[in-house]
Formats: sequence, structure tokens, C-alpha cells
Amino acid sequence: MKKMLSNPVFWRGAASIAVFLIVWEIGARSKQWMAPEAFAPLKELLGAMGFKKDYLPWIGAVPAPSAVLKSWLTVLGDLSYWQSWYMSFFRVMSGFIAAMLIGIPFGLSLAVSRVAHGIGFPVFEVLRPIPPLAWVPASIIFWPTQESAIAFITFLGAFFTIVINVLGGARSIDVRYFQAAQSMGSSRWDIFRRVILPGTLPSIVVGSAVGMGITWEVVVAAEMISGGGSQVGGTSGGGLGFFIWNSYVGGSYEQIVVGMISIGIAGYASSELLRWGGRYATPWLKVR
Amino acid sequence: MSEAAPALPPIVPGEILVQGVSKSYGAARFRKEVVRECSFAIERAKLTVMVGPSGCGKSTLIRLLAGFEQPTEGTVTLDGAPITGPNRDRLVLFQETALFPWMTTWENILYGPRARGELSRETAEFGEFLLAKVGLQDFRDKYPGQLSGGMQRRAELARAMINNPKVMILDEPFRGLDAMTKELMWEYYSRLYEENRRTNFFVTTDIDEAVFLADRVLVMSNIPTQVRAVIEVDLPRPRRLSDLVESDRANDIKKQALSILHAEAMRSFSRGSKAAADFVDAYLKRASRA
Repeated sequence: MKKMLSNPVFWRGAASIAVFLIVWEIGARSKQWMAPEAFAPLKELLGAMGFKKDYLPWIGAVPAPSAVLKSWLTVLGDLSYWQSWYMSFFRVMSGFIAAMLIGIPFGLSLAVSRVAHGIGFPVFEVLRPIPPLAWVPASIIFWPTQESAIAFITFLGAFFTIVINVLGGARSIDVRYFQAAQSMGSSRWDIFRRVILPGTLPSIVVGSAVGMGITWEVVVAAEMISGGGSQVGGTSGGGLGFFIWNSYVGGSYEQIVVGMISIGIAGYASSELLRWGGRYATPWLKVR
Repeated sequence: MSEAAPALPPIVPGEILVQGVSKSYGAARFRKEVVRECSFAIERAKLTVMVGPSGCGKSTLIRLLAGFEQPTEGTVTLDGAPITGPNRDRLVLFQETALFPWMTTWENILYGPRARGELSRETAEFGEFLLAKVGLQDFRDKYPGQLSGGMQRRAELARAMINNPKVMILDEPFRGLDAMTKELMWEYYSRLYEENRRTNFFVTTDIDEAVFLADRVLVMSNIPTQVRAVIEVDLPRPRRLSDLVESDRANDIKKQALSILHAEAMRSFSRGSKAAADFVDAYLKRASRA
């Protein structure tokens, strides 16, 4: 803790966040910054460029950080807010873990087996460019429950990234390692276990970290589109995405921002967890 | 580690014969011949050094000796048996380190025995012995990324020696080391060879290195590779670098090798080879120093 307080990196970060909040607070309270009126002198110029004054953004319409904080404090005691956290986390984790469990072996098999690559890769490459959100309608039809549809879309978000990284990682292992292993009498299985697997591990970690980020993006959007899933069944709280959407529909603008920041924190926490796990799994990288 | 060395496996030096070997890559019109009707012997219990201009196909020859590739024509045999694939009886030390970055020094050294399911108390003791031999006891649990270039080379020597190969093949192993470390490695490697007299095949572009280490020097031609000359290096062992600098015999041998290489380089220089041009540069620098 003491070390952190004496670290300039920490203070730079803290200062940057503080300045951001102060500017936002002043801007939101002034009711003048970027208000449509402020652009009056430029009106003709903007008009000539095809802008109408109504189209311009207005920071005064956004709730100030102090208002957001106040709203947050009231929400903190609300069970449904925490339920939203839980739901989103649950969906992210189930989709993400499924993506790892299926994606890593699939990527490895594409890398080591020409047959698997020949059969699996074309289909994979056709499906890969389809954005996860384009899968929403199809998954709602396909999966029996909305919950499983959301989990599936989350899964897709991480799956393709993980597979591509595993495949690329395994392919880029230096041929000298294989030659050395072969010369020393390694069997195919031994090479897989002690050369390919550890050699791919750094890429698995990177792919998972990127996949995790995508998972959060996808889960929130999926929750908004599908209306938050299981609230029909009586359980309140359809995830953080639904929390935001609900706040918007209910006109509680402070809560929108509360939801957004919550997702930021949740995403950061999951990435940090993953980085920690990654460092633990690849101890040889940190010594460089 | 103990002074009373563990029962070490006996060293059985092998002999490799390369007979009429050619190797080309690519098909038909784009075919490029890298090695042409090349014949030489890597004699039993001797340290044979191959020198040649860079890009002359030495690495191709190494891949053939190691069994990673097969010759287009001709035969490569170890103690009379044709080489069909990679095997622990011919181990290669590559140009850049091929230590597994994800294994500690100790795990790297034990890789071979573990891969073959031969890990016993004896092999572990042998491993300890080799670890001490290469002076890395204090680095046993470090990863290769934590070792200096010279240490990596020594760790790799130990990783090869634990498999007790019949022939050790070294492909410019000390390239990229700083001058000081390089000379230390020469002396170290030379002592190691003098102790165990395993068959060693050492490839380099550095004539000083070749003459200091070798029992026999094979001087190679430019691509397509052939042996231009074989020079017996009859300098007494054990050798020390300081002795070598003053030795007239050593300088004679160097000059002899250089003049052959020079002729070779000039020949292909007139054909406009980039590798040869580089080599002429290097040669001129060296000649002005001598």
C-alpha cells in the first residue's frame, strides 16, 4: 500500500481520473458547455455543413458524477442491482468457460492435425466473421430458453478469438523445438504435451484475455436486445445490460451511468483475474 | 555433484560417412541444388570442423546428418547404418538456443531421458554431474530467459550430453555471443571434448574458431556445397588460446584455409553471390589483421 502511494504511476492514474470527473461535473452542471446556444455563432457555418443545432451533443443532458454517485449509493442497497451483477457475471463466465473448454482443444487439434484442419477450418472461417450479435435472433429461436441463448452468444464472442489465438500460437512454435524434441526421442504425444501445449500457453492467455473483453461487450448487448432474459420467470434482475436498458426506459438517467461504470468495473475485474491466472500459468514469461 | 563421479554411461563415439550426397529443393525449373555430390567422413572420436562461407549449404548438410531431411542422392550412414530420421545418437546444437523456454535448466537437461521414459536415479545423478560440469548448479531452477547467452549454450550442451549421443553436431553454436564469452566457450568446449573424446562435428564460418577447436577442418566450397579441402590440424592438446596466438603452425593452417576460402569466394563473387561478397569483406578484414 505504501509502495503504491509513492509510485508516480499510481498518482498519474489518479490525477487523470480526477480531472476527467471534475471536467464532467462542471460541464454537466454549467448547463452551458456544449449547449446548443453555445454554438450560435457557428450556426451558419454548421448549417452550411448540413448540421442542425438539434443534432449536436449536449453534455448538460448527461447526469453529473455527483448525481450518479448519489444514485449509486441508493442502488447499492438494492438487491436487484446485485442480482444484475450476478446474472451478467454468471452468463459471462459460463459462456467464457465453455469457449475455453471447447475452443482450446479445437484450436490445438486444428494446429496438430491436417485432417482436423481440413475438415474443421473452412466451416470455422465462414462462421468467424459473423458478429456475435447477428446470432441473437437465430439463437433465440434455436435455444429453448432465453438464458441459454444469451450464454450461447456470449460463448461465440470468446470462442472464435480463443481458437484463432490457439491455432496461431501453436503454429508459430519454432521448428527447432520440434527437431530437438524429436532428436531426443520424444513420441508424438510427448511432443504435444511438453512442447506444443506449453508453447501455445502464452497465446491461450492472450486469446482468453481478448475473448473475455468481447464477452462483456456481447453479454450486455444480448441482455438489452433479449429484454434481460428470465424476468418473465419472476426473478428480477436481467443482468447489467438489462439494468441499463431498464433505467433508460424508466427515465432514470443517473442509473444508466451507474450501470455503465459497473460494467467497466466488472470487465476490469475479470481481466485482472485472467491476467493473474495467466501469470501463474506461464511463469517463464515474467522473468524476461 | 559428488567428487566420486556417478557411474557414467560409457561414451561410444560413432562415425558418419557422407557419400556422394546431393540435395536440391523445389521442382523442375525452380530447382535449386544446395549440395552436389558431397563426400566426407566425420571420423570416430575426432572433432571435425566444417568452415565455409555463410549461405553455402552447411545448415542443409546438418539437417541431413540429423535426419530431419533426406538427401536427394547419395547416402549418409552412421557406423554403416543409413540415417533415416532424427535420433538421440546424433544430437544437434542449433545456431540459436533451442532450450525450451517453459522449462527450467534442470527440466531441460532431463528432457531426453524423460521423453524416452528412462528417468531413473542413475540418470538423475548423471544429470547432476552434467549440471555441475557446465557450472550451472546455481541456475538449476531458472528459466532459459534468465540465463546469459553463454550459460544457455552450456545448458544446451548438458541437455545433449545426458542422452550420450554417438555424435554431437554443433551448428555455429557460439554465433551471437560477445567476443569474450565466445573465447571462454571455445576453451570450455575444447576441454570438454578433450575429456570425453566423443565424435564431434562443428560447423562455423570463423576460421580462428575452426583452427583452435579442430582435429580436422573441412573447407567447403560455395553453393552447391562440396568439400574443397581437408586440413589436418596437428596442434597438440590440451589447447589454450594463448598458446595458439603464438603458434606458427596454427597461423600456417589458418592461412592455408583462408587462401582456399578466398579462392572460393572470389570464384563465386564473380558470379555475383551476395553471400560470397560478404565473405570477401570478412576475409579482407581478417587478412589485414593477420
